[in-house]
Amino acid sequence: MLKLEARPQPSRLMSLASPLLALALTVLIGVVLFMLLGKDPLRGLQMFFVEPVKSLYALSELSIKATPLILIALGLAVCFRANVWNIGAEGQFVVGALAAGWVAMQAGPDTAWMGRGIVVPILLAGVLGGMAWAGLVALLRDRFNASEILVSLMLVYVAVLLLSYLVYGPWKDPAGYNFPQSISFLPVTKVPRLVDGLRAHIGVLIALALVAVFWAFLFRTYRGFALQVGGLAPQAARYAGFSSRAALWTALLVSGGMAGLAGGLEAAGPLGQLTPYVPAGYGFAAIIVAYVGRLHPVGIVFSGILMSMFYIGGELAQSRMGLPKSLTGVFQGLLLFTLLACDTLIHFRLRWQHARVPVRVVGH
Amino acid sequence: MLRLELHGVSKQYPLVRANDRVNLRVKPGEIHAVLGENGAGKSTLMKIIYGAVQSDEGRIEFNGLPVSVASPAQARALGISMVYQHFSLFDTLTAAQNVWLGLDKALSLPAVTRRITEVAHSYGLDVDPLRPVHSLSVGERQRVEIVRALLTEPQLLILDEPTSVLTPQAVDKLFATLRLLSQRGCSILYISHKLDEIRALCHHCTVLRGGKVTGEVDPRQESNASLSRLMIGAEPPPLQHRASNAGAVALRVHGLTLARLHPFGTALQDIAFDVRGGEILGVAGVSGNGQQELMAALSGEDRRAPAGSITLFGRDIAAQSPRQRRTQGLHFVPEERLGRGAVPNLSLAQNTLLTRSEAVSRSGWVDTAAVRRLAEHLINRFQVKAGGAAAAAKSLSGGNLQKFIVGREIDARPRLLIVSQPTWGVDVGAAALIRGELLALRDAGCALLVVSEELDELFEISDRLIVIAQGRVSPPVATAQATVAQIGVWMSGLWAPAPPTLQPQDEHAEA
Repeated sequence: MLKLEARPQPSRLMSLASPLLALALTVLIGVVLFMLLGKDPLRGLQMFFVEPVKSLYALSELSIKATPLILIALGLAVCFRANVWNIGAEGQFVVGALAAGWVAMQAGPDTAWMGRGIVVPILLAGVLGGMAWAGLVALLRDRFNASEILVSLMLVYVAVLLLSYLVYGPWKDPAGYNFPQSISFLPVTKVPRLVDGLRAHIGVLIALALVAVFWAFLFRTYRGFALQVGGLAPQAARYAGFSSRAALWTALLVSGGMAGLAGGLEAAGPLGQLTPYVPAGYGFAAIIVAYVGRLHPVGIVFSGILMSMFYIGGELAQSRMGLPKSLTGVFQGLLLFTLLACDTLIHFRLRWQHARVPVRVVGH
Repeated sequence: MLRLELHGVSKQYPLVRANDRVNLRVKPGEIHAVLGENGAGKSTLMKIIYGAVQSDEGRIEFNGLPVSVASPAQARALGISMVYQHFSLFDTLTAAQNVWLGLDKALSLPAVTRRITEVAHSYGLDVDPLRPVHSLSVGERQRVEIVRALLTEPQLLILDEPTSVLTPQAVDKLFATLRLLSQRGCSILYISHKLDEIRALCHHCTVLRGGKVTGEVDPRQESNASLSRLMIGAEPPPLQHRASNAGAVALRVHGLTLARLHPFGTALQDIAFDVRGGEILGVAGVSGNGQQELMAALSGEDRRAPAGSITLFGRDIAAQSPRQRRTQGLHFVPEERLGRGAVPNLSLAQNTLLTRSEAVSRSGWVDTAAVRRLAEHLINRFQVKAGGAAAAAKSLSGGNLQKFIVGREIDARPRLLIVSQPTWGVDVGAAALIRGELLALRDAGCALLVVSEELDELFEISDRLIVIAQGRVSPPVATAQATVAQIGVWMSGLWAPAPPTLQPQDEHAEA
């Protein structure tokens, strides 16, 4: 009989092995799923795990998805470690895209002197837009003790409606045949690409640099430490004299800024204009990315890539195998659930035990 | 027939053998002491009996029948109850709701509330069943736990350090309760390190050291010295208490009045006292009389104190944060070790960063190697038994964590050290070490304010005493001129001249 037994210390090994075990289980369930759908499971897995990394082009497409996921998840990791539950990164992403898009639309002959340098104010605007949206959450929480979970979530819908209003109204392209979309941004405002002919852009490098920055912030700075103490033991933080308000604001502004940066990169990158389809679910998927990555910057890189593979795999499964695209969501959900289940093994271990009889006599 | 018999019970943890072939025999109605240092394996042994931990080998007989206790629920069904040293109460629920949760039988909440009042009354334990647990002091929480255990009418009651937060009068009451239980046939396993108590109360004593039984004696025939030898292999060195050379005033509290922060808190009223460099001022009192509130105001965790009411070396610090106060030499050891004095899930090294910033550069970078060295230094200097600087705070026993936290603050060379319950739940050896360190700090010129509910301790180390009752403090009295009886009376709030009329909120502060 298998028995769960509490470990005296949480297992370090298991906290690393658990995501891998969860991935294995997800694949296993995926195989069963493909078989039930009457599809070749090998081909199905190929769509998810081979095709997205098969060629340079595929890798470039992967990076387009992974960059916003990693950026947003980095910010969320800080938030969640501080016990601040920002689940509205999607809204901060949208407002970041709006702010960046607005700056991009100002480009013209007057800004020609900036050259490609105009990308910097565009991305900064994205960061500030995301920060402002998250700052609202912080303000309401700080001032009125409103639940940041509800406020941040509901602000997502406000942000999406704001986007719709702008692209259906004031920002609609006059020459756009009445489609709900802004003008296409000038080429000079586009986020520079890494290689000609591929869509991958310098956002990848920004994301990787920020992974290092966040790692240092969380594990090597006093501020980062104080923030996490506030999340782990609020009383200890008060005892130490770490301000819980500072932690709240820092966490929300940092995560809002990261989501806004991702939104700016998306608007001035692959999208090149504002449409009602800016919100692609990155803000919500990044919650899973953050957790699968153990709220650790390096782990987030891996989980971000994995989630992107699910995105692309889902699209490929739809176009090449005739499977519904919602398979992406199924895989993402499966991964999160199996991870939560496997995490049990961090604090408990499985032990094989003979069925207990009521009277146990053991010699010594 | 024996009530409980253990044969060769062993438990191996990854790093330590907590119990090594332990035998234990408890007769019906016997008050049986289990004596041992921190980490001697007392708590593990009790958890095995209570079913919270499974032994690796050995067998247990209860009322002559071999049993295998797989869970606390099964233990309660057998008639075994336990009061833990670390309480297991939900903060947001009331005392009655907590008790209700732990009961196996289907009683209604009002019925449970009535039973609590009855049982509490019949055993002389003051418990208000309707108060939320978060508003209770440590002492009050313990009473809830004891009442909870008594409600199941156990045949064997396990008490882990039950008297650590009671007044002398309350200890006498508890002992009367326990003797009554014992007369009615209930066996009691009494875990303690207080030799006087064991000698006064217990019929039999099993001594553990390093997980092994090192002696089985009748404590009534033993002396403190002989019990000590069994427990730690030597007698604790007597404290060297020289007369103090009190210097300049370090901390002056004047006109400190604070409204209650929550409905069941205690309001502080016109608190005034001085602490001088080179002296230890002891604060006596029953828990729940304003100690928590006073400590929070002095540490800076509660910053509502009126301007000018708290001055540190002549400077008004009433509005300063704990960190600002710390930079001026005020260090504080809170009574809650896990969750306040230390973050349970962080390593000892990381926990040094809560109050120590030597390893933090001016620009806010943390030198992790320096942090680890500091933790290792504390572990060595204060003889903390831990799996190194990387061990999580929650993996330490209560006494060892206390040594670490007190050590962390002492090692910071404070100019004023405020300590709440310095030796709560700590064994003789560790308590002697901590008290010795406090005295050494005093002799080095530091001012100390020690809040304790253990009068013996205060009499042992303090130079002057004040008593806190119902949110007021008494005038100071030199320890040499004070008597236990007098302080006991003061603890009820009766010191001359008679205090002004009681405020309504005093009804919850008990004597």
